[in-house]
Amino acid sequence: MSRADTAATGAPGAGTVERADKETPPMSGTATDAAVAEPGVAEPGVTTAAVTTAAPAADPGLAAPAPAPTGSRARPDGRFANIARVTFPPVVVFAVVIGLWYAVTELVLNKQQRFMLPAPDKVLSVGFFDGKNFRTMMSALQRTTEVSLMGIAIAIVLGVALAIVMSQAKWIERSFYPWVVVVQVVPILALTPMLAFFFGFALTSRVIVCVLISFSPIVFNTLMGLQSAARAEHELFTLHHAGRLTRLWKLQLPASLPAMFTGFRIAAGLSVIGAIVGETFFKQGPPGLGTNMSVFESLLEGERLWATVVVASLLGVVVFVFFGWLGRRVVGRWYQPDKG
Amino acid sequence: MTAATSPSVPLQARSAPETAKAGAVKAPPRATPASPPALRFAGVAKRFKDGTVALTGVDLTVHRGEFVSIVGPSGCGKSTLLRIASGLDAVSEGAAEVSSRSVGYVFQDATLLAWRSVKDNVGLFAELEKVDKATRARRVAEAIELVGLTGFEKHLPHELSGGMRMRTSLARSLVLDPDLFLFDEPFGALDEITRERLNEELLRLFALSGFAGLFVTHSVAEAVFLSTRVVVMSGRPGRVLADIPVPFDYPRVPDLRYTPEFGALCGEVSHHLRNAG
Repeated sequence: MSRADTAATGAPGAGTVERADKETPPMSGTATDAAVAEPGVAEPGVTTAAVTTAAPAADPGLAAPAPAPTGSRARPDGRFANIARVTFPPVVVFAVVIGLWYAVTELVLNKQQRFMLPAPDKVLSVGFFDGKNFRTMMSALQRTTEVSLMGIAIAIVLGVALAIVMSQAKWIERSFYPWVVVVQVVPILALTPMLAFFFGFALTSRVIVCVLISFSPIVFNTLMGLQSAARAEHELFTLHHAGRLTRLWKLQLPASLPAMFTGFRIAAGLSVIGAIVGETFFKQGPPGLGTNMSVFESLLEGERLWATVVVASLLGVVVFVFFGWLGRRVVGRWYQPDKG
Repeated sequence: MTAATSPSVPLQARSAPETAKAGAVKAPPRATPASPPALRFAGVAKRFKDGTVALTGVDLTVHRGEFVSIVGPSGCGKSTLLRIASGLDAVSEGAAEVSSRSVGYVFQDATLLAWRSVKDNVGLFAELEKVDKATRARRVAEAIELVGLTGFEKHLPHELSGGMRMRTSLARSLVLDPDLFLFDEPFGALDEITRERLNEELLRLFALSGFAGLFVTHSVAEAVFLSTRVVVMSGRPGRVLADIPVPFDYPRVPDLRYTPEFGALCGEVSHHLRNAG
């Protein structure tokens, strides 16, 4: 009883914390990535943790938590042991979180409060296994995906172009750099009324929010990548009379690819956030996940709200993982982050 | 093992003390007046923006068919000398004349482009110099064969050993068939065995194409083994202290390193080097 009481004090808050958590993973990852602006260092942990199960030994962070299996790698079951070692801990965490969720729903919230955090099975049955609700969800998901992909595509084109221009002369870089920082730090919500004035309350404004939110990390990372070619490498090109374009095409752009793709990955996660934020403000036209979230919130439909949160998180993860995979496809063959 | 050493090595050995005297004189013994020098420095000085004087009054002439090594204390401006010869840096005083069609430059690091295969790295300079595709492909294949990297064309730099990376770097310059070849401690980061083997291969390439070589190194033995002349430079600001002819004939066999004459000459260079600090 007393144990339930102690839990109760933290409980209503815990619900919101939980919710915030669900939304933030891409953002917190990105914020640090962007701030550190060192993709070479930031990259391996995130990507390998997300996807690679085949070579966990390469990542000490992954290998550390579980005790090393006694079997050597040569043994046939070593591979399974490795996979288990990688997948088991996060599964345990997941199970614990679900357990806590049930605990909060059943033990902490009373009947009137339960809409805030419906039990996971309720979320599944109402949010996902109800045919009509599911179709609404899927069409919203499609809309949100379209908006964020459009946003990231435009941001990539503009961001890479600006980074290339900035890389061509120090004075150009100095002229634009502070403004790119401004674009990054300006609170998007403060801009929404203006966007509404100029672009209305529909698709265009949503896409613009996506572009604004994902633009800066692309510029910063690409620019850093373009400047990452070693001085000696530049001198090779100087010695052989390479022009600006040749240098850009054969040295700077290839050298920038690892950082550039880190920027894309960060921006992709942000773009999903942008799409959902945009949809909660610009509600004209076909609804997206963000639109639905604010509707479900006002109707106190906790099950569908939570289901939407889950889908939005999954969308963020999928987009993030996709760009990570794409980056490894493009540069993985030659880029060895651990060798610098 | 020793059989190869004594009779078969054609040593035009002057005795060590004699060489020591000759070394003090700055007359290049192998200068062939007929052809213009590949490189001539006359009173070259280099001052950097921060006021550091790297070089002062450097006179140095290198002809085709000469292989000149430069040894000197760290920071004596050896690399600056090469940078000036390559055109990367300008002189502050004096004149640096380079009359060469094409200049090869090998850095201490292989500086290969990580995203290019061996073949594409070897072809880089030819690509930048806009050599047409067919010629380029032929020369790249030849250069790769010359440095013994056949079979590794598709490998990426990170898949190669340090020695192989350096071979790739050599091949990259060889493609242009340079008549002046600048080396900035190219084998300094390699282990002793690899280094000696690459020295021998470099000599083979030198014998084949007869370029003018200017080779910066910290290793006295390497300098003596490779060169027709060894130039000893002083500490900063760098000057030429001694210009020591190396009388051994080419081709030089590995065991030359263990002959007394070789040892004596190394001793002489080291002696000058100690006075240089």
